[in-house]
Amino acid sequence: MFLNQFLLLAAILFCIGVYGVLARKNGVLVLMSIELILNAVNINLVAFGAYWHVNDMANVSGQVFALFVIAVAAAEVGVGLALVLLIYRNRQSIDIDDVDMLKG
Amino acid sequence: MLALLVAQNIAFYIIAALMVVGAIRVVTTPNVMHAALWLVLVLSGAAAQYILLAAEFVAITQVLVYLGAIIVLFLFGIMLTRAKTGNDDDLDNKKSAKFIGAGIGVLLLGLMSYSLIDGFKDTEFGDLMVQRTAEVSDSIFSTYLLPFEVLSVLLLAALIGAIVIARRD
Repeated sequence: MFLNQFLLLAAILFCIGVYGVLARKNGVLVLMSIELILNAVNINLVAFGAYWHVNDMANVSGQVFALFVIAVAAAEVGVGLALVLLIYRNRQSIDIDDVDMLKG
Repeated sequence: MLALLVAQNIAFYIIAALMVVGAIRVVTTPNVMHAALWLVLVLSGAAAQYILLAAEFVAITQVLVYLGAIIVLFLFGIMLTRAKTGNDDDLDNKKSAKFIGAGIGVLLLGLMSYSLIDGFKDTEFGDLMVQRTAEVSDSIFSTYLLPFEVLSVLLLAALIGAIVIARRD
């Protein structure tokens, strides 16, 4: 297996996630696209970690960083969905476009 | 050994194709609930890729945290915001914004693939060894002890923050 297989898969997922963040209007769907981006990064981290592990058996940094990213992603989704719920409660809609009160 | 490599490659390409199709459906489907269910496909595909990379602990954590917790959170979020259960035409930005988004995505993909193919050409993995969970825990609780503790404080802060933000009073 080539290292590039995994890196290119992650690049494709990352770009699809970026498109989702830019093209979607619904708050929950934007959060889902962010999950896609975080997963792409995780695939990269684990792939590089496995590549490094072959030469240096004691080194599993790639996996540890991937675990940290998963934990931070969980925290991010919790706070993000709480914010979306608050926006829905105040405005009866979760369109990101409508949240423009700071625009003046 | 060769047969194993061929099997790994076939498995990789099948799972990768499923993941890409699922990801595209997540960002294009007109039904919010279906987007969450397509996301399940992408996340479990990622878990399968971790197994192919011999990283079993991350794969199991992916299933537990993403499929077990985050997807359920998303479904709760969708239901609590009373999204339409059927198709909804009002999920996307207007056409021009979508074109610009697609342009940026394709541009980014071209740039990244060029640099990846140029930089890593045909680097191979060599003989992948199973990265045992004991090694991972040794690493977390020695080298990465401080980030681990900071992370647990961050999770606590996020938990309290989410409760304070979302409660009704």
